[in-house]
Amino acid sequence: MKTGTSFFYCLGQGFKGIKRNRLFFVASAATIAACIFMIGLFFAVVYNLNHMLKEAEQSICVTIFFDEELSESEIQKIGGDIANWSEVSRVEYTSATEAWEKFKEEYFANNPELADGFADDNPLANSASYDIFLKDISTQRSVVARLETTEGIRQVNRSEITADVLSDVGRIVGIVSIVLIGVLLAVSIFLITNTIITGITVRKEEIKIMKYVGATDFFVKSPFVFEGIITGLIGAIIPLVVLFFIYRWAMNFMVTEFSMITGTLSVLPLWDVFSILIPGALLIGAGIGFIGSIIATGKHIKV
Amino acid sequence: MIKLDHVTKAYNNSHVKALDDVCLEINEGEFVFIVGDSGAGKSTIFKLLTKELEPSEGEIYIAGQPLSKVRHRRVPALRRQIGVVFQDFRLLEDRNVYDNIAFAQRAISVPASQIKKNVTEMLTLCGISEKYRFLPKQLSGGEQQRVAVARALVNQPKILLADEPTGNLDAENARAIMDLLERINERGTTVVVVTHNQEVVRSMKKRVINIKKGVIVNDIPEGGRLA
Repeated sequence: MKTGTSFFYCLGQGFKGIKRNRLFFVASAATIAACIFMIGLFFAVVYNLNHMLKEAEQSICVTIFFDEELSESEIQKIGGDIANWSEVSRVEYTSATEAWEKFKEEYFANNPELADGFADDNPLANSASYDIFLKDISTQRSVVARLETTEGIRQVNRSEITADVLSDVGRIVGIVSIVLIGVLLAVSIFLITNTIITGITVRKEEIKIMKYVGATDFFVKSPFVFEGIITGLIGAIIPLVVLFFIYRWAMNFMVTEFSMITGTLSVLPLWDVFSILIPGALLIGAGIGFIGSIIATGKHIKV
Repeated sequence: MIKLDHVTKAYNNSHVKALDDVCLEINEGEFVFIVGDSGAGKSTIFKLLTKELEPSEGEIYIAGQPLSKVRHRRVPALRRQIGVVFQDFRLLEDRNVYDNIAFAQRAISVPASQIKKNVTEMLTLCGISEKYRFLPKQLSGGEQQRVAVARALVNQPKILLADEPTGNLDAENARAIMDLLERINERGTTVVVVTHNQEVVRSMKKRVINIKKGVIVNDIPEGGRLA
């Protein structure tokens, strides 16, 4: 027995099967292509949306102000403790002096003489603050509640509506895309199964003969499995090429037509998306072909 | 070589027994006809021997091996000991004579160099070497059956089972096929021919097992006189 010879013979039979059932191959490859195109498109959109949400999340923070009698070192201690909370990604401290300098830059830039009247008396003396950035925006509510009960903190400023909306949008987009991708995968597997069943029906006589001469399960079934995998891979390559050009065009379009948005929210570079999309799509294509052909041969070929 | 020990076969949805307590022994190198009318149980024996069906009762032995003990993954190995020929030839229409025969070798992963040698030998034995490039539809019925015989033999089985091999042939071609089967038998292969063609059976003067309604009604030895 030559296993290698058998493997290449069965692989060759897989290609021959495709050639013999050209129409069915085109139909199922096109269906898989359409499904993987949709999956790829969703992935690119969702991946970018998640990236944008993450960027937006990172710019949202909770600001805390301290009781008037607290010294600088006490404030720094509280800030240091908060920085160690598991929900917190980082904290940024603004002292009263820095707050006044910032205020002056923003509001008295054109009339610095107006600010000179406060030279020895910082009007924001009690405005030392910490900006607290969270790892996950959905934890903001619980973090704020904890901050409000923390000793020494006078005031907690947060943007709860934005945080909730971002968190909800992220969750909804995730759920919708999982459901849709699941449905598309199921449809693809169903269609490739039917294509392979048609191939089995067309080659019924050949299968019977193989059975009578003592061919093994592997020998009888593997050409159909190869046929499924090849169909799936070709069905994956086509949408990858199409998506590549669409994504490149969309990136340029966003940069030129929506420069206002892209200034604050950035689109992911081509390779960031395609380094995941290429292996993912090929794996999904081959997987659809493999699962579909295993179902078909398992049901319709009894050696 | 083949032994049926009190074999009964009843199909799932029927109380009628296709075979009823059949005991039968065929020795190595024998040439045997199994005859009977339609529905007598001939095809059931054929399917039981290739393990397409399991007996309801009793045991079947091929070369001393009880088939009930043969696991699913060992069935291909069992079938390699048995060559089969059908009434309707069952050739692959899209492949030429050579590829039809070579197909049986490829199915059991014989190396390509060996396939060429074995197929050439079978083409010569079956008298179709000049037509190795022809497609089945370009051949006569007799020639197609020769190709089917060559395909059944190329894997060198110990047993050749032929199910109505002359059913689709005229008298002259039927005779030629039976001569071919006799030559194959002389080379040492056990040949079992299932048929209802009494004329062929009479002319061959071989052992004849007569089945009626699933029961062996008589077993006439080689050279014996048919009723």
